[in-house]
Amino acid sequence: MQRRTLALALGAMLCLPALAQEPVKIGLILPMTGPFASTGRQVDAAVKLYLAQHGATVAGRKIEVILKDDAGTADTTRRLAQELVVNDKVTVLAGFGLTPLALATAPIATQSKTPMVVMAAATSSITEASPYIVRSSFTLPQVTLGIAEWASKNNIKKAVTLVSDYGPGIDAERTFKDRFTLNGGTIAGELRVPLRSPDFAPFLQRVRDAQPDALFVFVPSGVGSALMKQFTERGLDKAGIRLIGTGDVTDDDILNGMGDAALGIVTSHHYSAAHKSPANQKFTDAFAKAANGSRPNFMAVGGYDGMRVIVEALKATKGAGGDALLAAMKGQVFESPRGPVLIDAQTRDIVQDVYIRKVEKVNGQLFNVEFDVHKAVKDPGKTR
Amino acid sequence: MKASEPGQPSRWKPWELALFAALAASWFALPTHALLANEVAILALFALSLDLILGYAGIVSLGHAAFFGAGAYAAALFAKHVMPEPLVGLAVATLVAALLGLLSSALILRGSDLTRLMVTLGVASILYELANRLDHWTGGADGLQGVVMGPLLGIDFDLQGRVAAAYSLCALLLALWLCRRLVHSPFGVSLQAMRDNRLRASAIGLPVNRLLVAVYTLGAALAGMAGALLAQTTGFASLDVLDFHRSADVLLVLVIGGTGYLWGGVVGAIGFKLMQDLLSSWTPQYWTFWIGLFLVVLVLVGRDRLFRPWVWLR
Amino acid sequence: MLTLLFDGIAYGMLLFVLAVGLAVTLGLMNFINLAHGAFAMAGGYITVLLMDRAGVPFLATLPIAFALVAAAGALLERTLYRRMYAKPHLDQVLFSIGLVFMAVAAVDWSIGSQQQIVKLPAFLTGRFEIAEVGIGRYRLFIVAVCALLTVALQLVLSRTRFGSRLRAAVDDPRVASGLGIDVNRVFLVTFAVGSGLAGLGGALGAEVLGLDPTFPLKFMIYFLIVVAVGGTTSITGPLLAALLLGIADVTGKYFVPKLGAFIVYALMIAILLWRPQGLFVRRAGR
Repeated sequence: MQRRTLALALGAMLCLPALAQEPVKIGLILPMTGPFASTGRQVDAAVKLYLAQHGATVAGRKIEVILKDDAGTADTTRRLAQELVVNDKVTVLAGFGLTPLALATAPIATQSKTPMVVMAAATSSITEASPYIVRSSFTLPQVTLGIAEWASKNNIKKAVTLVSDYGPGIDAERTFKDRFTLNGGTIAGELRVPLRSPDFAPFLQRVRDAQPDALFVFVPSGVGSALMKQFTERGLDKAGIRLIGTGDVTDDDILNGMGDAALGIVTSHHYSAAHKSPANQKFTDAFAKAANGSRPNFMAVGGYDGMRVIVEALKATKGAGGDALLAAMKGQVFESPRGPVLIDAQTRDIVQDVYIRKVEKVNGQLFNVEFDVHKAVKDPGKTR
Repeated sequence: MKASEPGQPSRWKPWELALFAALAASWFALPTHALLANEVAILALFALSLDLILGYAGIVSLGHAAFFGAGAYAAALFAKHVMPEPLVGLAVATLVAALLGLLSSALILRGSDLTRLMVTLGVASILYELANRLDHWTGGADGLQGVVMGPLLGIDFDLQGRVAAAYSLCALLLALWLCRRLVHSPFGVSLQAMRDNRLRASAIGLPVNRLLVAVYTLGAALAGMAGALLAQTTGFASLDVLDFHRSADVLLVLVIGGTGYLWGGVVGAIGFKLMQDLLSSWTPQYWTFWIGLFLVVLVLVGRDRLFRPWVWLR
Repeated sequence: MLTLLFDGIAYGMLLFVLAVGLAVTLGLMNFINLAHGAFAMAGGYITVLLMDRAGVPFLATLPIAFALVAAAGALLERTLYRRMYAKPHLDQVLFSIGLVFMAVAAVDWSIGSQQQIVKLPAFLTGRFEIAEVGIGRYRLFIVAVCALLTVALQLVLSRTRFGSRLRAAVDDPRVASGLGIDVNRVFLVTFAVGSGLAGLGGALGAEVLGLDPTFPLKFMIYFLIVVAVGGTTSITGPLLAALLLGIADVTGKYFVPKLGAFIVYALMIAILLWRPQGLFVRRAGR
């Protein structure tokens, strides 16, 4: 009898190392090709950076990130997520560069009880699509409030909104309009630009005709430079119209290339590469070293913090997944390169500081320099 | 492609039977790849519908995704607002797409190849913008969410995707069988005559316009069926079912596999999807380069010689 | 309003320069070259890289972009494209799409996928205000360059011997070579010039249209529209079609922003239904 239990114990002990070797898998689905490839690139680089800096093991097991490209197509994202969950048995799904990609995958997360960390998509309703979704990026309403407030306090009575015609754009337009008119301003026009428009000329002409005090813009990162150029080229700045918007227009990724036309633009956003904190200094330095001198932008910080949330939660559950992992993700409070953040336990969305920044030249390069802050902003766009 | 004697259905060649059986068997043999099989089957059906109008009737279309998307949205909306029964939804969506095909067939009757290319492209683009505009119904750029399908003949759609794969494969096999009978019928023979030389065909009394309308409608119906399958097996519909890249992809798939013999869509879909999946896991960022290289080599070397390498030794 | 018209004209002329090479290639070699957008993208990137890395002034990069892309076009024509002329159209489509994929991925790998930004020299920025009409300096520059090119092209076509050889080869290649015209050489030069023009268009347009690796895929549709509506047998056809497209697009988006994108496609379908061979087709030839 004793020999048998001894044999069993020995056998079990021999199995343990085998179990301990199995890596913890994270399924990272990003648009690595197609029009949103730059988002995927930034998030991927940030994820790799986090693991390189903080070690890729948890509870004795190696962390393995399986990167998949969905090319920005929602049914591909969904199939990849399904395959990752069923075949690769991932513990966590992460990434999601656009709203429809996250929304399409939500039922998979719910059905398989796999926590899903949204690192880039920014529409409010995403976290409501599944109880297993946690967001580490931001929402448009969250960052639009700041600039709407700033506008009301800075002699801007009449504004025109110009947004790209898709989920986040419509969120931004609505939030700006609500807050701005609440503070007594008037909206002289609401323009929606098709997502794939090559030319802003007719829209900017309309703006000029409306003669507002300011133009509020939201366009996805990358398109901002064309808009800015045409704004100055048409002399709208000389006509006394200020350009304000969310930080997507002055995306750190391309800000430096925009030239002096961008100086003085005031935006509100949750992350600037120029944010003064030791955590951010470390982050930007390491990122530049790993990525040939390029700057991290708000997408990268979403990926970086998303990894932090995942890894810390895995440490707390010792590598287990499911509901326990989700619970460990909720309520995390930590210092991110962007500032202090909190994952709200109720909404599973991110609560963070939103800064008002102005584009200025620092050491010969253009940066978004923060000059004001709204602390601990919750996403105002939740319907429930 | 040899036409058979009219009135006598052509016999299935051995390789056709083998391929048909292999498709059916794939569901049993590859349980872990059910999701991929589902996508391949849907793409193959879509390519088959394009083969009908391109390979058999000579209509060049860069906007076939219009019908695919119409079927997808119709099925999704039907499941969401009317009833979640998959088979009824499939039938309804197919009819909607067929109707759309019938209406737009008036546009493709005249003009050269380039004209038809642009007109079909225009129709698909307009439909895309319409779907974006009517976001109250379609969900706009965010997509139509909340589509929960009921059980298919009593079996729920599972997470592993085996039910979905079986569903799509059956639809594909049914469509293949139907189309085969069609192209070997007098109707099919007239189509090929029309494709080869329209002037001569109308000179011998074939009702060219009516044939075009009929085949275009049928092609649209099958494309709509494929779209509906996608919407039903994934549980949502987003704007990219109407996107240009879908029309371009299906054209690519069909031309890779070869037009005009009905199986080109299947061969192309399997080859393309497998290649894409493999390349994309190997290099998630730059797989398009290798696909491009494959296409260039394929065309330079010649499809026949690529698929029959023993010819090189001659 | 007139400002808008001017904007539309500038946009249209830019499209023309980009698409004219495609029109001539299609009309001459009956070859659907969907990789035309890739040549345009190459021109754009050459300009940006020369300006950023080598400090070459903007105006100097334009002829360099033309020359380099034309050379690349000539090389590709001689080595790859020439074998494709006899192949069916669908194979040509496949081939050129393959080239586009390779070009897009190659640029992505070597340069990155961010939007490239062109820093214009100071005298090209800003605008003139002439009696209520705002004329952007850069757009005026585009219109001037494109107008010059159009005139030059038309002159070459109608006044030079090469031009008449080209026209003969477009009308009927077999008879033309029977008359002793070296059709292969005509093809080579035409393809090179067409690609060079695309490169120049890309360099000019990078500022207005934006430049990133997906440029060929985004704008191919517009080039095709210009060629389909304008016909492939003349220079003026695509010119007028491009102007029409540019003006319609800009004014449509201004007056009816909700239907902005529809207008172009609906207009194109209407025109093609009315005149299936294109709007401005010479009656002669085939």
